Amino acid sequence: MSENNIDRSLILEVEDLGIDFGGLTAVNNLSLKVYNNEIVGLIGPNGAGKTTVFNMLTKVYQPSRGTIRLCGQDTAKMTTVEVNKAGIARTFQNIRLFQNLSVIDNVKAGMHNKITYSPADSIFRTRKYYDQEKQIEEKAHELLKIMGLDSLAEISAGSLPYGGQRRLEIARAMATDPKLLLLDEPAAGMNPQETEELMDMIRFVRDHFHIAILLIEHDMKLVMGICERITVINFGMMLASGTPEEIQSNPAVIKAYLGE
Amino acid sequence: MMKNFFSKLFDQKLRSRTISYLLVIIAFIILQLMSSTGSLSSLLKSLLVPVCCYTVAAIGLNLNVGFSGELNLGQAGFMSVGAFTGICVSGMLASMITNPVLRLIIAIIAGALIAALMGYIIGIPVLKLQGDYLAIVTLAFGQIIKSIITNMYLGFDENGLHVSFVENKVTLASGGKMLLQGPMGATGTQRIASFAIGIILILCALTIVYNLIYSKSGRAIMGCRDNRIAAESIGINVANTKMLAFIISASLAGAAGALYGLNYSTLVPNKFDFNTSILILVFVVLGGLGNMTGTIISTTVLMLLPELLRSLQDYRMLIYAIVLIVIMLVTNNAFLQAKAAKLRESLIKGKKGAKLS
Repeated sequence: MSENNIDRSLILEVEDLGIDFGGLTAVNNLSLKVYNNEIVGLIGPNGAGKTTVFNMLTKVYQPSRGTIRLCGQDTAKMTTVEVNKAGIARTFQNIRLFQNLSVIDNVKAGMHNKITYSPADSIFRTRKYYDQEKQIEEKAHELLKIMGLDSLAEISAGSLPYGGQRRLEIARAMATDPKLLLLDEPAAGMNPQETEELMDMIRFVRDHFHIAILLIEHDMKLVMGICERITVINFGMMLASGTPEEIQSNPAVIKAYLGE
Repeated sequence: MMKNFFSKLFDQKLRSRTISYLLVIIAFIILQLMSSTGSLSSLLKSLLVPVCCYTVAAIGLNLNVGFSGELNLGQAGFMSVGAFTGICVSGMLASMITNPVLRLIIAIIAGALIAALMGYIIGIPVLKLQGDYLAIVTLAFGQIIKSIITNMYLGFDENGLHVSFVENKVTLASGGKMLLQGPMGATGTQRIASFAIGIILILCALTIVYNLIYSKSGRAIMGCRDNRIAAESIGINVANTKMLAFIISASLAGAAGALYGLNYSTLVPNKFDFNTSILILVFVVLGGLGNMTGTIISTTVLMLLPELLRSLQDYRMLIYAIVLIVIMLVTNNAFLQAKAAKLRESLIKGKKGAKLS
């Protein structure tokens, strides 16, 4: 595919998004656009409201104000489950894997809504069951290969090393076949070499599946290295938005991070 | 080909399943041989069907407590629903279907369906909530069902079913018969349950639970147990998933109840009280959450022990409580856990070595 043919349609459009917890306004007047095949970074000091934004996008929290449109579709009335079906998948800052399931079963669980056989099909082990299980087995291995976990497919997810657990979360999110992938601090707790590998994986996932990625990260090497655009928020308000170069030289951003 | 088969046998999922099936079938063969040679005491013989019934109910409860992670304190209530449904259906069909096996199977299916319906009705509001609400509601359900059946009079004649509550106001045409008589429960039931059907029911229950666990539904059920928020984030509807596990658990209890009810000529509603629910829960916890083979073994042992140790009967509930506490303390002890993990590792290594040679 040549550069010109890459689909750059608008995937996510957030307008004037805000949420209050009691009297506290955690996020206010946030606007954000994410286009297809794009990696966008969401950064900000601790407590700026980054994860709250993710929780609003996935409807874990109901926004108090503003609109979220996914591919033009308003998600106001959707639940977490419906938002995922509509095309948003995410990972979590504090890892939330299915600890007692095997690595591959975690990925297969992500394909839940891609499977059409009913519980009756699984109880009676119909042909439909075997056909679809075989299909998702292959797909799951393919995803695990991309994330470098294929050799660990049968061990339980809880016994994976930390970096592996973070990568498995990405694989599980990708198994839901999303249009937009939200990564919440994917490199947290990784050493520089692991982070380097992760950057390659994130780029590969974007190029291979042609999806949009929005990520929160504190590791500036990763953010500046792979994001095409960056939005900075502080105290729940948008501070700046632009390319990595613009952000790095923005005085307001430097002030927010380093102080006066 | 053969090698492939054996290596598959050592695959963990298949292994636990094969062991469960083999255990049940071998136990059946041994007991059949013993009873045909007359070396089985009449006491043990009378326990064969009840052990099967409680095993099926415990397998169902294990799906609910072990895999789905929801505490259910009303499994005896579902058994009760199944038992009295089964007795009524069998009583009504007595003149139409003379083949006892066919009638038993219909009664078991009816018991399972009505129990599943009850599970569905109480599951709708409760499973949408997080926390221990299901435990409270199922506890209440068990008590309510017991009260309802204790106060229910049900008769059957050529004009159909007649019901009255609290007082017996049922008048029947000639040839009709009373199916339920309030606190006295069901009397004069034709005993059509058999050990073979009990074993088949256990095998069916195992197949249903294992097939469900190793499928899309099973991954969703265990996913919701391990992390509810993550399950929702990948598009799994938590309430529906928990409902599926709960309904299947209830219907297995219903089927077990139907078999149990048709094993006795008299059955009082008080048989299925809170203690029975706790008893089934003890079978599941002692056998290991999510461990079917363990459930079968613990049910059998705990059903037989009180009969074999009749002299200690007064202390039974006391000993159960102590055993439950000790098990919870021991399994949460880091030192003992490490020891157990080491033992398991060496066992698996031993098996792998055997496979290679």
